[in-house]
Amino acid sequence: QGTQIKDVVIKDDAPNALILDKHADYIAAYGSKKDDYEYTVSEYLRMSGIYWGLTVMDLMSQLPRMNCEEITEFIKSCQHECGGISASIGHDPHLLYTLSAVQILSLYDNVQALDVDKVVEYIKALQQEDGSFAGDKWGEIDTRFSFCAVATLALLGKLDAIDVDKAVEFVLSCMNFDGGFGCRPGSESHAGQIYCCTGFLSLTGQLHRLNADLLGWWLCERQLPSGGLNGRPEKLPDVCYSWWVLASLKIIGRIHWIDKAKLRAFILACQDEETGGFADRPGDMVSPCGTAVRPSRVSRCCDLQLQRNVNQSPANSGRRHNFKQPPQLSRKFEQSVASSLTDVDQLPSALLRVYVQAILAFM
Amino acid sequence: FEWSDLEPVPQDDGPNPVVKIAYSEKFTDVFDYFRALLKNDEKSERAFTLTAEAIELNAANYTVWHYRRVLLQALEKDLRQEMRYITAIIEEQPKNYQVWHHRRMVVEWLSDPSEELEFIADILSQDAKNYHAWQHRQWVIQEYKLWDSELEFVERLLEEDVRNNSAWNQRHFVISHTTGYSDPAILDREVQYCLCQIRKAPHNESVWNYLKGILQDRGLSSHPGLLERVLELKETQCSPYLLAFLVDSYEDALETNNTRATLNQAQEVCALLAQVKDTIRREYWLFLGRSLESKYGPTAAPQSDAASSDAADQQELS
Repeated sequence: QGTQIKDVVIKDDAPNALILDKHADYIAAYGSKKDDYEYTVSEYLRMSGIYWGLTVMDLMSQLPRMNCEEITEFIKSCQHECGGISASIGHDPHLLYTLSAVQILSLYDNVQALDVDKVVEYIKALQQEDGSFAGDKWGEIDTRFSFCAVATLALLGKLDAIDVDKAVEFVLSCMNFDGGFGCRPGSESHAGQIYCCTGFLSLTGQLHRLNADLLGWWLCERQLPSGGLNGRPEKLPDVCYSWWVLASLKIIGRIHWIDKAKLRAFILACQDEETGGFADRPGDMVSPCGTAVRPSRVSRCCDLQLQRNVNQSPANSGRRHNFKQPPQLSRKFEQSVASSLTDVDQLPSALLRVYVQAILAFM
Repeated sequence: FEWSDLEPVPQDDGPNPVVKIAYSEKFTDVFDYFRALLKNDEKSERAFTLTAEAIELNAANYTVWHYRRVLLQALEKDLRQEMRYITAIIEEQPKNYQVWHHRRMVVEWLSDPSEELEFIADILSQDAKNYHAWQHRQWVIQEYKLWDSELEFVERLLEEDVRNNSAWNQRHFVISHTTGYSDPAILDREVQYCLCQIRKAPHNESVWNYLKGILQDRGLSSHPGLLERVLELKETQCSPYLLAFLVDSYEDALETNNTRATLNQAQEVCALLAQVKDTIRREYWLFLGRSLESKYGPTAAPQSDAASSDAADQQELS
């Protein structure tokens, strides 16, 4: 009675080694004439797309190939009068893209290119009475935005600009009976939201308010027999949830509760040996047209925050909240995690999922 | 509409590190004109019509939705008609933040939630776990106090799929906001409901999470007769979740009555899980076994802090 247990089966002939060159080729070839529709259609998240692209290049030690000046000018022209930053020129400002912009400039050690005070003002104005954050003037509340707010401010060294205590209380009010977090109080626990909330609590020095054992168990329960991870109970595994779940476990110091070898095998099996890139699960098509062609699927994208920038930021000296550093990551992962969450239906999914190579490097 | 007075504004892509551009013609057309309208801050019928075209091409573009809302207000459009419009859009693209947020705005402007529960139920009938749909449902119910039939709705969904985690979450949502769980009759009703669902479909993470969730504050071992029921189920309808619940129950019992016998029982189940029943999570079960030993075993020291003392954790942190 009820649905069958959801999982995938990895075929014997699935890829089992990391084909890095193919992934590099995939990115390099991405957007060639036939497939530009996807790029166009994703203009509304361009700022995040740029950040993800730069991060991937950085992970492959190819960041200098990117045009820093052009990108910086682009970002400057996306800052609006209110201080907020939009995804692209002519779009409206939003907290998601404000974070991405600051992340990009942090990569380049050049946040001063922006009017930082106005960014801070913009974020401050989005905090609600109950401590939550709206994404923009239209008022959507979501713990994703709590994360975006503190991550941006932490990178700028201005965490004190908001009411951190109230912000913390709101996030904690989103903690569910299973130890997980949703987007608002009462919302179902979801790996993407959990990532945002654990990241938030880490940045605000409040990880001790979590029940790490309970949450860690919920997170390691995401691992299915195939080795892949899902985002909530009784859903199929998706390679991008590997990231949300793994990152959360890392933040709370429980990453060893996942079977590393099995997850690795799952991720490698998601590769497309012909085109490069990754599918969301083994056997699915890595379509050059991306998810625009695939039926809609709610998923999240994650990328890497520069923990090193947070560490070096003035915010860490004389910090009011003297937080314990999240567990140290290996060299490739000295950038720990932050996110611009958005609906991957519109994203060049295979491009973004090259991030998983970073997971494999870590493992 | 007449468009010849407008100078379309081509896309300004900024830096283009990895891609070159070639657009589909219609997309280019619509968005070039959209940008022109935005630039002039034009508030007109043709602008309003164009937002619909832009949305059809790219419903995730949040700026288009913003602009549409500005126009809805500036042109004093018929919001009932807008409800019909957003209903159709969501039916086509139910997994998109912007469409649901837009619907919420319109419902708020109209102060009329009367269509919502039925609409959301329809969307859920296509995908019973649509995260956006559930969030919207929770908002409507809470905002307009529409609790009355929700438990019934949840039960219906659980009849259809007892492993629907969203429905279990909603069950918790409804009960916590209405009767609460402190009434022993309610709590027992819920426990019995869980046991019944477990008998029907034993391999079900959600029901066990829910059961633990509603009992953990009072203590898993405090519910009369439950441990016995679980031990019975272990014989015929075992699952890793049942075994995990058993360990948690033993641990709870140890809190008030620390006996070697109970500790041994807990350790046995941890070992069973680590070695046989849930090997993919062996690290967790081994941790739990060590943790129980250190907390309740003969050499247990008084707990100095709430954090677990797992050696592997220490390695992680250093």
